[in-house]
Amino acid sequence: MIAEPKNIIEATDLSFGYGDFMLMKNISFAVKEHDIFVIMGGSGCGKSTLLHILTGLKKAASGRIKIDGKNLWTSDQTLRKDIMTDCGILYQSGALFSSMTLAENIAMPLQQYTDYSSSLIKELVSLKLALVGLAGFENFYPSEISGGMKKRAGLARALALDPKIVYCDEPSAGLDPISSHLLDDLFIELNQSLGTTFVIVSHELPSIFAVANNSVYLDAETKSIKGSGNPKELLKNPPNEKVKEFLTRGENIHA
Amino acid sequence: MLSCQVLTGEVKVILEGNLCSYDNEAEKAQIYATIAEQKKSKISFDAKKLTDWDSTTVGFLYKLSKGRKEIDVTSLPKDLAHLLQLALKVDRKPPEAKDEKQDFFEKVGENSINGYKSFCQGVSFIKDSMKSMLRLLSGRAIMRKVDFLFALEGCSYQAVGIISLISFMVGLILAFVGAIQMQTFGVEIYVSSLVAIAMTRIMGAIMAGIVMSGRTGASYAATIGTMQVNEEVDALRTMGIPITDFLVLPRISALMITMPFLTMLSDLMGMIGGAVVGTVMLGFSIDEYWQYTEKALKMSNFLLGILHGFVYGYIIALCGCYYGVHCGRNADSVGVATTKAVVASIVWMIVITGILTVIIEEAGA
Repeated sequence: MIAEPKNIIEATDLSFGYGDFMLMKNISFAVKEHDIFVIMGGSGCGKSTLLHILTGLKKAASGRIKIDGKNLWTSDQTLRKDIMTDCGILYQSGALFSSMTLAENIAMPLQQYTDYSSSLIKELVSLKLALVGLAGFENFYPSEISGGMKKRAGLARALALDPKIVYCDEPSAGLDPISSHLLDDLFIELNQSLGTTFVIVSHELPSIFAVANNSVYLDAETKSIKGSGNPKELLKNPPNEKVKEFLTRGENIHA
Repeated sequence: MLSCQVLTGEVKVILEGNLCSYDNEAEKAQIYATIAEQKKSKISFDAKKLTDWDSTTVGFLYKLSKGRKEIDVTSLPKDLAHLLQLALKVDRKPPEAKDEKQDFFEKVGENSINGYKSFCQGVSFIKDSMKSMLRLLSGRAIMRKVDFLFALEGCSYQAVGIISLISFMVGLILAFVGAIQMQTFGVEIYVSSLVAIAMTRIMGAIMAGIVMSGRTGASYAATIGTMQVNEEVDALRTMGIPITDFLVLPRISALMITMPFLTMLSDLMGMIGGAVVGTVMLGFSIDEYWQYTEKALKMSNFLLGILHGFVYGYIIALCGCYYGVHCGRNADSVGVATTKAVVASIVWMIVITGILTVIIEEAGA
């Protein structure tokens, strides 16, 4: 019997707001290990904010987040650092350090968190760049490469420490359909070969259907989760009109 | 553990045990050397005794296999083989690196051309800013009142504290240094004249200029530079709005209006600083000190100082805006633009002071 994959992320009763304005109320979900999990929803529903909460950049007003069984907001700073080194983050723009070459960008977390020799770090940097299709671009600066390549390089940096989880904020935003498709393929290949869990924030339907095997739909109106599961299944059997409208781009409603 | 066997037309790399975080330089170097010698041989692997692996193992195998035509990954664990193949699948090749070696004449030529281009760019920017000022006078400039008021706020009362402090200290230092020399001749009272003339004629304006260059000029370059990075400047250009009207004019106008007043403040604070030395250190009464200060004060010196302040205001705003508008597209460029704006405005202030001094001397003022 194949063992059921364990929950690598568990978010329980998360609430967040700015002053009196609540952005999300009592949100709970779990991400299984080795999943490609998509957080989807319309603009302003709090997708990116939820990602910021999951990555520890923002603290939820209430609720709890467990990463691999450990509480993210633990008072022990060393434990928190350990939790965060298990997570890689791909920001929307790539967020590469402009004064560093791609190799230096990727080497930085390795130099910071491992005691590998410089030759081993160099080997790992070459590998990570090759894995994202940027072999030979070690000495290029972020300003010398395209937007799609910046995202790939950002992904290589996110993968530098072989994290268990990689968070991606709108990875397809601003990319042409072919680059977006290649990036989706890359997520699937890396997920299959490295076993990395991907948590992707997106509202690009083609990408969502291509990569996700699990998802949650955030609703801006009720500030809560209105649907969860495999997006293809949700499209076949939408739990409510909101999810149906989103997954069909509102075509059924307007028809 | 890593080792390799050379067979006929084939090099077999043997992977054994736990290779997680594997960093045995000597073993790796030996295998790299063997592989490099056997340029045309096929590379195959024996991973029967491999118990565990991670990215460092893939990194090693990738380095071995890069650029080789024949690689047999069949005996590698499935995931390891998949990762290696993914890494070896090159999507795109980097462009060929240019031959960047230049001889002496090429360097001189390129620098001269770049220098000429920068000069033309600068002159064109000054011309555009002048045109914008003329448009402002004729009421046709596209300048938002709120932008002007915001710029005015930033370089008026908000700068009073720092200018007062610096000028007070400069007046104090001038008086102190002057007093040491004058004491030898017994004419310490003329310290008041020295401070009054120096501050009103040039020092007040220079001190206000230097402070405003570091404070406001740098802020202009950083603000407009960030707008350039965020493509806001491009948006203005494509909307057909002259950037000199929209971005430069409010800042130049604000600084040209406030700098004469800040110069007056600087003059006053410098003289107060001198008076502190005159009364506390040299023992003169306030009345006596003021009497000599009043005698030394000349309207022509005072007006010259104000004129300098007015010109410095234009230079500081122009340099800040110029380097902001011509900033690059990344975070570093904003820092470079800010530094260049401060350095250029101070250099140009000194150069223009020299030119004005010669003109004024020739005119006999």
